[in-house]
Amino acid sequence: MSDLAAPPTPPAPPAALRTRRGPLALFRRADSVQLVYAALVAVVLVSVVLSALDGQNFFRTGNIVGVLTLTSTLGFVAIGQTFVILAGSLDLSVPYVISLSSLVGGVVMAGQTGMIVPGVLAALGVCALVGLANGLIVTGLRVHGFIATLGIGLIISGYLASNYQGNAGKAPYEFQLWGILLLGPVPVSTLVMLTCAALGVLMLRRTRLGHQLYAVGGGREIARMSGVRTAVPVVAAHVLCSVMAGVAGLLLLSRTSVGSPTIGSQGGYDLMSIAAVVLGGTLLAGGRGSIVGTIGGVAIFAVLDNLMSVLGLNAFLQDVVRGLVIVVAVAVYARRAIPRRPARFATQEAS
Amino acid sequence: MLDQTGRQTPSRRPLPAHEGSAAQRFLTGLATPGGAVFVLVLVLLLAVVASNPTFGEPDRLVRFLARSTPIALIAIGQYFVIVSGEFDLSMGSVIAAQVVMAGNLIGQDDSRILPVMALMVVIGALVGIVNGLATTLLGVPSFIVTLGTMLALSGLVFYLTGGAATGNPTDTFREIGRGGLEGVPGIELLPYPLLILVAVSVAAWWLMRRPYGVTLVATGDNPSAAEVSGARVWWVKTRAFVLSSLSATLAGIILVGQAGVHPSVGRGYEFIAITAVVLGGVVLGGGRGWVLSAAAGAIALDLLFTLLNFRDIPATWRDTVQGVIIILAVALAGRAWRGGLRLPTGRRRTPTPSRAPDADDPTPAAHPTHRPPGHHQGEMRP
Repeated sequence: MSDLAAPPTPPAPPAALRTRRGPLALFRRADSVQLVYAALVAVVLVSVVLSALDGQNFFRTGNIVGVLTLTSTLGFVAIGQTFVILAGSLDLSVPYVISLSSLVGGVVMAGQTGMIVPGVLAALGVCALVGLANGLIVTGLRVHGFIATLGIGLIISGYLASNYQGNAGKAPYEFQLWGILLLGPVPVSTLVMLTCAALGVLMLRRTRLGHQLYAVGGGREIARMSGVRTAVPVVAAHVLCSVMAGVAGLLLLSRTSVGSPTIGSQGGYDLMSIAAVVLGGTLLAGGRGSIVGTIGGVAIFAVLDNLMSVLGLNAFLQDVVRGLVIVVAVAVYARRAIPRRPARFATQEAS
Repeated sequence: MLDQTGRQTPSRRPLPAHEGSAAQRFLTGLATPGGAVFVLVLVLLLAVVASNPTFGEPDRLVRFLARSTPIALIAIGQYFVIVSGEFDLSMGSVIAAQVVMAGNLIGQDDSRILPVMALMVVIGALVGIVNGLATTLLGVPSFIVTLGTMLALSGLVFYLTGGAATGNPTDTFREIGRGGLEGVPGIELLPYPLLILVAVSVAAWWLMRRPYGVTLVATGDNPSAAEVSGARVWWVKTRAFVLSSLSATLAGIILVGQAGVHPSVGRGYEFIAITAVVLGGVVLGGGRGWVLSAAAGAIALDLLFTLLNFRDIPATWRDTVQGVIIILAVALAGRAWRGGLRLPTGRRRTPTPSRAPDADDPTPAAHPTHRPPGHHQGEMRP
């Protein structure tokens, strides 16, 4: 991965910046996660104002449900993508894994309530195998993650196009509930996504695997010389990413009630999830960043999408706005301090 | 920079690629991933001709090359960006934007062709400059920058056209992609795209031998080292992005004739270009690979698709084959570049007179003969 990585020039804020005072100092001192959430608040405020001018209330239940629903699918994919990017790789195969998962789940369930559990297990199992293949190609054959996952994605895409001419399978009614059930104003799927995010944060902060993930992404050779088996975290990240993409596929299956061979690629989940991760302040070269930031990035996209559709912006112009937001947002904190792995010795942070 | 001073350190160890007679060097070159792709093109060509003998006729061959020209052109453009260590995902959108612009601005008026083409070149260069400056000066990863330009440009194109084919440029303009020179001995028509491809290939080859090309590869290999050696990394990389967008513009001009005016004409070309470049043995991350190998990679990819066609393999399996090919190509190329051109660091450095000034920083590898391995290990442990 070090091939892709920018030269190791960590943009640590110079001491001069820290001592300055005034409103700009606050902005300069904020790390990227704080900035992401500041940006999220700003986007929400803009949405509230613009919706109000349009005669609508942003905080009405239907709208909140809409925003939260938008976060769930991309959220699952982006959590997985965060693991992979932290490990210093990339996953471009997610859209095809999503389609594959929705098809496998739909075909196995075939509309029978009793087959829900086998269907979920089969779909996630297949996805885990795809992730395993990605990880082994990246680590074993030493192929760049970009190419390895692009290749695996193309392989799956060819398989799907050759074997499924259209929609296949059917989700039973009970399974469809997962996609539409609400708990208060919060969709259950969003809660599941946030639970996954919390588990991911715990994994990254509290487990050996999490620490090794940061170490390998930050510098594979150094991690190797420090005694880390560098292949393990990378393979684990790829498996987790594909499984999360599989969950997103199952969610789409429950919403559309049929498995579709093109549902993943239509959503553009590969590039949008990478954009959300980077928007959340994670370094594309790996080794630094957080899932908390990623969720912020996903939420920004969701609020933005919601605002644009409330305002009735042309669907194609929405892409223009998205593109500009991505570049401008990342440019704002490209030179910012990115939270590293949380400090293990609190005294260091106090200084 | 040794090239500029014109001197070489006398005891510098010659690179493997510079050793031996011309024939030996040619064979060594063929054994690298960048050379192997030319062998691959030959093998694929033979396989295609074997399954369909008419393909070997000069006319058919020339027409095939003309059809592959847009992909080869964008592969050459993508090469400049990739060898400098970046990505350009915006190429497909640039093609679409240029195609739509040509279709709508030129119309049926022949006198507008040149001004509109000038405008297309300016816009192409502008996109490249935006990509390059956002990547180098703002410090945004090129993957994200060009993803943003891709979304913005394609959104704009679809918005302006409503997603449908619009505009119908005059036939004179379409001739660039469709027509050719007549009266060339041996073939009935020498297509213009082929002439453009040859011209661009020669120009690219020449450029890569100029100081700019050498600096570009050095920048991709190690930006910090290039920076301290005096290269203006931001400007070198920005020019690479401009070259990439200009090649997409040229491909767009040809595609107007070959595919017509539709906002989805360039869709997916950025990944095809990256695949072709990688198939040509160019290393993602920069610093390794030859520009003509990238063009050959594009031809090889197209030959492969043609072969699948002739073998009656359903087109839906194309993606799968493409996926297997790029994984294998990169796995093999990575192995070959590591084992071939780059010597293991231990054997790479030999003590030379020029190293005398920094003798206070002797690496163990510089004096391998003085220390037996056992002694070396003992010294490491206090």
